[in-house]
Amino acid sequence: MADNKEVDHVSGVETTGHEWDGIRELNNPLPRWWLWTFYACCIWAVAYWVVMPAWPLISSHTTGMIGYSSRAQLAKTVEQAREAQSAYLTRIDAASLEEIAGDQELLDFALAGGGSAFAVNCSQCHGRGAAGYVGYPNLNDDDWIWGGDLAAIDQTIHFGIRSDHDETRLNEMPAYGRDEILTREEIDDVAEYVLSLSASGSAAAAAAAARGQEIFAEQCSACHMEDGKGDYELGAPNLTDAIWLYGGEKTAVVESITNSRAGMMPAWTGRLDETTIKQLAIYVHSLGGGE
Amino acid sequence: MNNASEVSGTSPMTYGLGLVLGLGGLMGLFLVANAQDGVMAGHGYLFVAFCTLGIFWMVKRHFDEAGTPAILENGVNYNDAVIRAGCIASLFWGIVGFLAGLVIALQLAFPVLNLDLPWTTFGRLRPVHTSAVIFAFGGNVLIATSFHVVQRTCRARLAGDWAPWVVFWGYQLFIVMAASGYIFGVTQSKEYAEPEWYVDLWLTIIWVVYLLVFLGTLAKRREPHIYVANWFYLAFIVTIAMLHIVNNLALPVSLTGAKSYSLFAGVQDALTQWWYGHNAVGFFLTAGFLGIMYYFVPKQANRPVYSYRLSIVHFWSLIFLYIWAGPHHLHYTALPDWAQTLGMTFSIMLWMPSWGGMINGLMTLSGAWDKLRTDPVLRMLAVSVAFYGMSTFEGPVMSIKAVNSLSHYTDWTVGHVHSGALGWVGFVSFGAIYYLVPKLWQRSRLYSLGLVSLHFWVATIGIVLYITAMWISGILQGLMWRAYDSLGFLEYSFVETVEAMHPFYVIRALGGALFLLGALIMVYNCWRTMRGDLKDEKSALIPTQSRPATAATAG
Repeated sequence: MADNKEVDHVSGVETTGHEWDGIRELNNPLPRWWLWTFYACCIWAVAYWVVMPAWPLISSHTTGMIGYSSRAQLAKTVEQAREAQSAYLTRIDAASLEEIAGDQELLDFALAGGGSAFAVNCSQCHGRGAAGYVGYPNLNDDDWIWGGDLAAIDQTIHFGIRSDHDETRLNEMPAYGRDEILTREEIDDVAEYVLSLSASGSAAAAAAAARGQEIFAEQCSACHMEDGKGDYELGAPNLTDAIWLYGGEKTAVVESITNSRAGMMPAWTGRLDETTIKQLAIYVHSLGGGE
Repeated sequence: MNNASEVSGTSPMTYGLGLVLGLGGLMGLFLVANAQDGVMAGHGYLFVAFCTLGIFWMVKRHFDEAGTPAILENGVNYNDAVIRAGCIASLFWGIVGFLAGLVIALQLAFPVLNLDLPWTTFGRLRPVHTSAVIFAFGGNVLIATSFHVVQRTCRARLAGDWAPWVVFWGYQLFIVMAASGYIFGVTQSKEYAEPEWYVDLWLTIIWVVYLLVFLGTLAKRREPHIYVANWFYLAFIVTIAMLHIVNNLALPVSLTGAKSYSLFAGVQDALTQWWYGHNAVGFFLTAGFLGIMYYFVPKQANRPVYSYRLSIVHFWSLIFLYIWAGPHHLHYTALPDWAQTLGMTFSIMLWMPSWGGMINGLMTLSGAWDKLRTDPVLRMLAVSVAFYGMSTFEGPVMSIKAVNSLSHYTDWTVGHVHSGALGWVGFVSFGAIYYLVPKLWQRSRLYSLGLVSLHFWVATIGIVLYITAMWISGILQGLMWRAYDSLGFLEYSFVETVEAMHPFYVIRALGGALFLLGALIMVYNCWRTMRGDLKDEKSALIPTQSRPATAATAG
C-alpha cells in the first residue's frame, strides 16, 4: 500500500504514498479540537435522549426522564395564557355589550382583544385599517347596511351575511337586467336617478333621472324607501350619502342594477368563542361610525 | 486493455440501444394516441422526438467516430466528449435556473409579475427554479465532474460506449419533462420531488445506467485504491437512487395519465418526504459536491489533500449521521416527539462530520494561500468551502427546537438554503467548470482570468445581499408572528408581516440579479475559451497552476 511515501516539503508531513492523477494525501492526524467537539456533540445527544422522548420501541417509545410532551406543553401554554386573561374574560362573559362599553377597564381590554381578533380574522377582506375595498364595506364611516349599533354589529358578526348559517342576514336584490325585468334604457334611467340622489349624477342627464324616478318608485322604493335612504331591517343600503360599496361610477351602478350583487360574509359563531365575538363587536363599533 | 476496440466496430450494445430507442418511440406514439390528459400527450410527442433524434444521432455518430483519432492522456483515451456536453448543459441550465429564481424573487416583491396567467404564477415557477438549479444545473455538474474525476483518478476510460450518452441525454429529457409538467400544472406536490410517476420512472432507469457506468469505470481502474472523491460520488449516486424510489412510490390513476397518488399518507407521508428532502440536500448537494471539492481543490491548488484519515472518518460519519436528520424539518408538527428528538440530535452530531470536509478543503490550501491573491478560480473554490462551513454550522443551529420555533416557516430558512446553494454548490461548481473548460477544449488557459475575478466579486456581493436580507427578514417575520401585547393579544395581522418583508424581498431580488449577472459573465468567458480566444492580460493574473508548488515558493 504505502510504497511511495514521501515528505511534503511545505508542511513537513509524510504522505500516504497514494497518488491519483497527481493528487497525493498527507498523513495528518484528525485535528484534536475537531475530534473532541464531535465527541462532545455525541455525548450531548445521548444525554438528551435520556432526558427527552427519543427512541421508538415495539409499541411505544422511550419517554425520557422529565416526561416531556409537546402536546402537553402546548395545552399548558394555552392554559397559562387564558389564566392571565381570565379576570377580564370572566367579567366580559358576564357583562352585556353596553356594560362593557360603559366600563373603561373592560372597554380597553375588549378593544385590544377585538383589534387583535380583527387583524387575524377580518383584515383579509375589510383591510388592516378596516377601510374596506370594493365589495367589502368600510367600517370606519357611519354608513351601515344592516345597522351600526352594538346589537346589530354583534348579530352580523355572529351569523354573517348570506352565510351558511340558518340565522344569517339575508336579502336578495333582483337582477333587473339579467332577469329582463327592466330594459337597458330603463336601467340607465334608474342609474341616473340613483346617482342624482347623492348629487353624483350629471346635470345633462336630468331628463333621464326624471324618467328613472318613476321606475324607482315602482321597483326600488319598497326596500330602498321612497327617499332612497334604505332600511337596516331589510339590509337595503342608503343611496343618498355618496358612499358606495361597489363604486359610485355610473357603470358600477348600472352593473349593480343589471346583475345585482350578493356580497357574502361568513358566520363567526362556532369559529370564534362568544367572548371574542363580543370584543370584536365592541372594536368594530368603536371604529368611527358606531351608532 | 485495448482502448481503440472500445470505440470502433458495431457492438451488440449499439443494436440493443437502437432497438430500445425504436420501442421507446413506439411507446411514445401509444401515449400520444391514448393519453388521458394534454400533458401526457405532450410528453408522448416529446418521447417520440427524443427516440427519433436518438436513432439519427446514433447513425451519424457511428460514421463520424470511425475517423476520429484517439487523444491519449496518461496513456488513456478518456471519454471527454460527454463531459464537454455536460459543461455546456451545466452552463445552459444554470442560466435558466438562476433566471427563474430571479423571476420568482421579483414576483414575491411585486406580485403583479405573476401576470395573472396560470403558467406564470409563483406556484408553478417555483418548482421550475428549484428543479432547474438543483437537478438541471447541479445534476449536470455532478454527472460531468463525476465522469471526469472517475476517469482521471482511475486512469481508465469511462465504462460503456453508449451508456454515458444515455445518461447525459436521458437526464436532459427528464429535466425537460419535469419542467414542462410544472408549467402546465402537473405536480405530485412533494417538494423537490414534484415530477409525476412516469417521469420518476424514467429518471430511475437513467440513474441505474449512471450507477453502472460509474461502477464499471471503478471496476476497470488501474490505480490500486479508490480516490476519496469517488467515495462521495458513489454515496451520492446510491443514496439518491434509494431516496428517489422510496419517496416516489405511488399508484398512477391510469397508465396513460399523469396523475398518481402517493403510497404514503398523513404524517408518514410528511416524514418520508423530509427523509427524502433533507437527504437530497445531504447526498445530492453535500456528498456529491464534496466529491467535486476533493478533486478540484487539490488540483487547482496543486497541493496534497490535508488529511487522509480525516477524509475517511468524516466520510463515514457523514454518511451514517445525515440519513437520520430529516425529522428536523417537522418540529412542532404531528410528528411524534421521539422522532423530532432524533432528528435534532443527529443534526447536532452531524456538525463535525460536515466540518471535516471544510477542514480538509481549506487546509489543503496550506502552503498555497498566496495563490488566492492571484488565482480567482482557486479563490472561488476556497470561498465555496467557507460558505459550506458556514451553512453546515447554521443548519445544526436551526435544527435545535428552540431556534426552530423562531426560524421555521420564515425567510431565514430560505436564506440558509441559499447560503449553501449559491455560496457552496454554486461556487464549487463554477470553480470546477472554470477548471474543466480550458482542459476539455485543449486551450492553454481560460479566455480571461480578469472576468473570473469579476464574476467572483459580483456573485459574492449578490450572495451577501441575498443572505443578509433573508436573515433580517426571517427573524423579523418570526418575531412579528409571535409578538403579543401587554394584555396577551397577537400584535400583528399576517398581512402586516408580509408588508414588512417587502424591502428585504427587493434586496434579495437584487442579490439574485447580481448572481445571475456573474453567471452570464462566466458563460461569456467559457464561450470565448471554447472558441480558442485568449485575452491579453497582465502577468499578475497568469494562473499559478503553472508555478511549481515547492518549498521555495511557499517561503
